[in-house]
Amino acid sequence: MYRYDAFDAEMLQDRTAEFTDQVRRRVAGDMTEDQFKPLRLMNGLYMQLHAYMLRVAIPYGTLSGAQLRRLGHVARTWDRGFGHFTTRTNIQLNWIKLKDAPAILESMAEVGLHAIQTSGNCIRNITADPYAGANAEEVDDPRVWVEAMRQWSTFHPEFSYLPRKFKIAIGAAPNDRTAARIYDIGMKMRRARDGKLGFEVMVGGGLGRTPYLGPTIREFLPAEHLLSYMTAIMRVYNRHGRRDNIHKARIKILVASLGAEEFARQVETEWEALDKAAIDVPEAEIARIRASFASPAFKTLPAINDAVEALKAASRPFAQFVKHNVLAHKVPGYVIVNVSLKAPGEVPGDCTSDQMDAIADLAERYGFDETRVHFDQNLILPHVALEDLPAVYEGLRAIGLATPNIGLTSDIIACPGLDYCALANARAIPVAQEIATRFADMEVAEDIGELRIKISGCINACGHHHVGHIGILGVDKKGEEFYQVSLGGSGLEDARLGDIIGPAIAGPKVTDAIEALINTYKKERTTGERFVDTYRRVGLAPFKAAVYAEAH
Amino acid sequence: MPKLIKLIDGRPAWAEDPFLAVADEDAMPGQGGVILSLTRFQAEGEGLLAAGRAVGVRLEPSEAVEGLAYDLPRLAMVALAFPKFRDGRQYSQATLLRERLGYTGEIRAVGDVLREQANYMVRCGFDAFEFNDNTGPEELAYVTHRFRHVYQRAADDKTPIFVERMKGGADA
Repeated sequence: MYRYDAFDAEMLQDRTAEFTDQVRRRVAGDMTEDQFKPLRLMNGLYMQLHAYMLRVAIPYGTLSGAQLRRLGHVARTWDRGFGHFTTRTNIQLNWIKLKDAPAILESMAEVGLHAIQTSGNCIRNITADPYAGANAEEVDDPRVWVEAMRQWSTFHPEFSYLPRKFKIAIGAAPNDRTAARIYDIGMKMRRARDGKLGFEVMVGGGLGRTPYLGPTIREFLPAEHLLSYMTAIMRVYNRHGRRDNIHKARIKILVASLGAEEFARQVETEWEALDKAAIDVPEAEIARIRASFASPAFKTLPAINDAVEALKAASRPFAQFVKHNVLAHKVPGYVIVNVSLKAPGEVPGDCTSDQMDAIADLAERYGFDETRVHFDQNLILPHVALEDLPAVYEGLRAIGLATPNIGLTSDIIACPGLDYCALANARAIPVAQEIATRFADMEVAEDIGELRIKISGCINACGHHHVGHIGILGVDKKGEEFYQVSLGGSGLEDARLGDIIGPAIAGPKVTDAIEALINTYKKERTTGERFVDTYRRVGLAPFKAAVYAEAH
Repeated sequence: MPKLIKLIDGRPAWAEDPFLAVADEDAMPGQGGVILSLTRFQAEGEGLLAAGRAVGVRLEPSEAVEGLAYDLPRLAMVALAFPKFRDGRQYSQATLLRERLGYTGEIRAVGDVLREQANYMVRCGFDAFEFNDNTGPEELAYVTHRFRHVYQRAADDKTPIFVERMKGGADA
């Protein structure tokens, strides 16, 4: 994976020094809070309900063992011994003191970690397909291009005071694993008929109070022009995005009001006028970055391992783990291991310092020193030899992270909600915990099959509720927590926004309502049909009837 | 004390301001350089220029620099206004003035202009500043030299890291 060189390291040092000076100016009263706020945000520091929250960037969701261990150390030393992995593949530390921030940033910088542009109205940390480099389907390793974009977007002088925050994701394969269509810019890697590498470019997706799926504005952008084309999009947005109303300032509103065609035309016009050669990174630099993502030294191994087969036959939990959490790898004899941070009853996405240490150990010992963060708020060991799978499983089991529920009912996305967040209207975590606990039984969960429940504590939709097979949105009704339920959404290649089923449901009734929905699915489904497909086939009526019959 | 800071050969220094900012409702002074709004420039600029007066134009963020393309060679300076320091449109406007319209004259940041954004302004082509805080030339020099490198090309002449790397400057 990419390691910061002397230039990258000096950029981090200079940034830490800059922020230290800015904090000093603020403390000395040389800047108002209004003037300081965007600077603090662009260094990842939020003021939350109870304390400062620090959001640490994890570019393309990739962490070395040393970096993961350092995150554990930071959480243990300056926080409460755990962190929260987010749908943006970052990690949030929820109990930070402002005075500790410079020390934390310095400690992280030693291993190439930072909180640069994890908040504020700038280009945020860019995500990529979490199985990059491990997945046989991928067109190219998206991390090469995201790393080029990371550098281009870092401290960009023209695009650091945008109308609003800006999020970019690059998918690597026909199967989208980044939720690209709900991004400000989503891209999908493609190869033209002549073999040329490029991207499909989608712009103007987003959730929040006005959800949109991003339309494609260019079917094929030659890869070498990625940065000049991004510059053109950003410039059109920076100049013409609305600044008079914070709720209408995202690029999705600009794209929707102009229409995708007109927006695309403006981007193309701007792009034609740009000095592309000055902006696009030369081939030699792309090659340098690409070399840093070279495949690890995989061994030649048999595709089937007898010991693993024997253990699957002997141990039901291991067989379930293999079935739900382990995926095929592009190299025979290797697998991708998903590590669920969704043990029923736990907080989705939370990981303790001890767990981080242990996963780092496993990655170093069995996984070529790599871990990934998935936007589903789970972790991944992307390169595990099949013969090491029993040891990795045991290691995960020992720290409570072998829950075999990837993609099942209890694998719920939930934002921090009213337990932490200053914006939230309702809690999300306890709702997730209650649903996950109700459907924890493996036989029940396997019978239901793939079901993606996503919960947000407010309309800002950090929990992606619009694109959940079942989406749950917390609303406040005269001081009481109610939840609006939607059905049929997806952020992936079958992208669609969910349909709201009816009036919001009182907090204590939500899990019953979910059970009613699931029972309806079981009644209506055809063999092998997923929940979301049944819903899309039969429509809202039977689901709605079941929920409101039981609620009243 | 003058409140204008200019970059002279890249070095910031206090400067006398040869221009008077004339508001739309103000009477036009009989002599000397003036800075006018776009509207007033469109109404009265021709006459002033014909009389040999030095004329600068102040653009609000919503007034596209492309509208000045024809007049740029005759303008003494362009002022780009920041109604709020968080309004980032003028970074694009300054970039376009330098890179697309080939403007080499003074680009002045006016309005809610603060020290912590000044480095980005310089990178986008601003070379004159009326600060809205207590920033002086020393402070401006400090914030514009805080970073040893840059990752991307902009309207300044800084060499991006990807070029430094190719030159073999990396000791990593």
